[in-house]
Amino acid sequence: MKLNLDNAEVEIRERRLGAITGYCGTAGDLYRQSKSGLLKEQERPFSQCTSCSSVTAICQLSMIQDAAVVNHAPLGCAGDFCEFNFCNRTGQVKRGLRLKNANLISSNLREEEIIYGGAAKLEEAVREAKERFQPRVIFITASCASGIIGDDLQGLSELLSEELGLPVIPVFCEGFRSRVWATGFDAAFHAILSRVVKPARQKQPDLINVINFWGEDIFSDLFGKIGLKPNYVVPFTTVDQLERLSEAAATVQVCSTLGTYLAAGLEQQFGVPEVKAPPPYGISGTDAWLRELGRIVGRSPQVEQLISDARESIAPELDELRQTLKDRTVFVSAGAVHGHSIICLLRELGLHVLGGCVWHHDQWFDNRDARADSLDHLISHYGDVDFGICNKQNFELVNLLNRLRPDLFIVRHHGMAVWGGKLGIPTFLIGDEHFGLGYQGLLNYGRKIADTLSNPALVKNLAEHTRLPYTNWWLNQEPYAFLEGRRQS
Amino acid sequence: MTVVEQPRHFCALGAQQTVLAIERAIPILHAGPGCSSKLFGGMSFGAGYQGSGYAGGSAVPCTNTGEQEVIFGGEDRLRQVIDGTLQVMDGDLFVVLTGCTAEIVGDDVAQVVGEYQSRGLPIVHAETGGFKGTSYQGHELVASAIISQLLKPAPQIIEGLVNVWSVVPYQDPFWGGDLEALHGLLAGIGLTPNVLFGFGSGGLAAWRKVPAAQFNLLVSPWVGLGIVQQLQEQFGTPFLHYPVFPIGARETSHFLKDVGQYAGLPEATVSAFIETQEAAFYHYLERASDFFLEFRYDLPGRFFTVADSLYALGISRFLVNDLGLLPGQQFVTDDPPVEHRDLIAGQFASLGPNVTAGVTFTPDGGTVIRELRAYRHLHQPLIIGSSWDKDIAVELDGYHLSIGIPVRDRLILDRSYAGYRGGLRLAEDIYAAILGSYQ
Repeated sequence: MKLNLDNAEVEIRERRLGAITGYCGTAGDLYRQSKSGLLKEQERPFSQCTSCSSVTAICQLSMIQDAAVVNHAPLGCAGDFCEFNFCNRTGQVKRGLRLKNANLISSNLREEEIIYGGAAKLEEAVREAKERFQPRVIFITASCASGIIGDDLQGLSELLSEELGLPVIPVFCEGFRSRVWATGFDAAFHAILSRVVKPARQKQPDLINVINFWGEDIFSDLFGKIGLKPNYVVPFTTVDQLERLSEAAATVQVCSTLGTYLAAGLEQQFGVPEVKAPPPYGISGTDAWLRELGRIVGRSPQVEQLISDARESIAPELDELRQTLKDRTVFVSAGAVHGHSIICLLRELGLHVLGGCVWHHDQWFDNRDARADSLDHLISHYGDVDFGICNKQNFELVNLLNRLRPDLFIVRHHGMAVWGGKLGIPTFLIGDEHFGLGYQGLLNYGRKIADTLSNPALVKNLAEHTRLPYTNWWLNQEPYAFLEGRRQS
Repeated sequence: MTVVEQPRHFCALGAQQTVLAIERAIPILHAGPGCSSKLFGGMSFGAGYQGSGYAGGSAVPCTNTGEQEVIFGGEDRLRQVIDGTLQVMDGDLFVVLTGCTAEIVGDDVAQVVGEYQSRGLPIVHAETGGFKGTSYQGHELVASAIISQLLKPAPQIIEGLVNVWSVVPYQDPFWGGDLEALHGLLAGIGLTPNVLFGFGSGGLAAWRKVPAAQFNLLVSPWVGLGIVQQLQEQFGTPFLHYPVFPIGARETSHFLKDVGQYAGLPEATVSAFIETQEAAFYHYLERASDFFLEFRYDLPGRFFTVADSLYALGISRFLVNDLGLLPGQQFVTDDPPVEHRDLIAGQFASLGPNVTAGVTFTPDGGTVIRELRAYRHLHQPLIIGSSWDKDIAVELDGYHLSIGIPVRDRLILDRSYAGYRGGLRLAEDIYAAILGSYQ
């Protein structure tokens, strides 16, 4: 499917990728329904807070070291600034960059602007951003408020670009536009693809774009073995690096929930091949991912060597871990593709996966390539599994965990882990998305699981001394009882 | 209102954290999908890693306003979520809070919530659209909503019962410990404090007792003045406004004497309590004084607070009057309404007998940085602010301690800077930051 980079706004995932946020059944059924075109969104009359596109857009843009982000919004929408600043500083230290606060500013919309329009405030914020941060590029992220009152971000950006002599780029990530907050990644990437990336001046045959969050640098070593080097995007890059994304030999991604739009855009618009393969978690996924990369860059023999060396080197400890973890039960909750990836990983380690729920589901990715279908990969290599799309609905998750009582709960989103803990279930969140990646990732996860299971003192204490905020009535209903069509009267 | 870099407070919808600070109270947000989680991140996790608690974080009911509600209105959607909340969530008090979307679109939330109120349910609503004001004002709006929509006049005033209005939960990262400390001080002189927020505060039952109080005590430069005035109008309860947050012996003793006198407590009881507390305070201060007076390396020459008016003033008075430090420029970040600024500036003008400090009112970190750079630093500065201020402290070769949002470099449990012990804690933390920079 061709991305439309001429439009100012990215098309939301509901329309572009057939994304839905409510489902319960099995992974296999979800896959089959997706392929048959029968899958439908299911509503929930009751809901708890989720997240929004503004968060994910700022997540990607705020850590570009020499760009600035103006959040055109009331001040509460800047609630995530400190989170991304912390992330940014931690990454700066790890990567040897200059330690400094992120270049973030809020236009601080108040009642007056809601009534008369926020243009003047936005102009002030953009001018201040230039003066304070001396950025190469300024991104303006929209908000529900700016969207509803109809501030003309496109027109204002053009005028400000001219006035200030640098690209001022609007990012349309209003929270109300999409239920799928991953749409904000796309909005950020849309801005980067359409306004920052330039056609390649000179191709770099050994450079591989790695679309990721803020994981440890494991690819320098991994790619080094086959004569390649990683170019991590987007956090911690410079504008210059982004301008030259087109020079890379290929683009890989660790999670296509994150990178689908950017990877497809780089291929379609700038001719950088996207590695279309299942995510590199678990042995079969990692094998396929590396082989496809090797094929694209013409290094298949080196990749085969890498695969056999790595598999051999992890084999003894992997066997031990499989013995230790055999038949332990686990439940997984995460963003869509990363959720699939973790389930693959856990099955590879021999755990018994009782089920999983993810925040949303994209029925296809922008590349529309079956080889990259992570759900298909999960089912065909590791078998079916009970599966839901819970849209981060805490009440459903707690109900599920309360019933299933797994030995372990693995979650990847903040504000969720504690609910496993309150139920006395050993729980962890791995923030580093590279931790479980590749062959070494299996060992990392296996060790982490063994450690977590070996001392559950904290969660036992929590379970004994805290109460859940849910009624007994609710805990006795089916976990997905509020999904439209499933509700029992 | 200026643009804001490095925000240290958020919008009126931050009031969800005020609701969560009431035991077994459940906020219901009629707002966009990301509001609650952004505010949770900024005000709770960003306040020294305070988490979900009983029903916060991802458990907060929310309509997650989408395009549908923006175009066609969201009142029916709100009804659905309230209905669900009443079935699913185990709470004693429900507070519907509106965000920007619902307010711009013009949903009649009062009408919707009124339908539930007429069924006798403990539910109120507050208009906390983000553009309406700050998290400080949101806090007042929630308190005001509960008072006007739920409370009834008391059949009888309870002698000695005092409602305490002071720090804003979560907006003050030390709110839990601070309220416990204020409770301890007031109980120490013989009052029955009703602190309303935090551990052991009693939830809805405590709020129902509000009209029965002998008086309301406001310990804050301006936040909460509207609440105590409303209580005076609605129930005739008088109030004492003590504008300085008491940190350390000097201020706390002064505070307790004022409160004791206002409440009509026997002077001997109050004095006896003060005496025991001061004795402990000065016992420890004495032991630290070798260090204060003979440390051979640099100690800060001027302190700069970058904090809300409550903390900026409370900390400044403590450092000046208890520890004998000297102030540089003080930055007040909570955007106090204009009518309250003279009082606050006046307090800084007379911090101690011969000590005054200049004050800058700004919520914008960029303005703070500009002024700190322009200040003529003859000594190493001590910057008491938030995690944002670490960079400027390093740039100025100064010391730094985070005491206000965002606090991302410390874990906060029940630490308090209020009262006598609070002063000792603050001294420990300041000098830990300084000494930690040595080796």
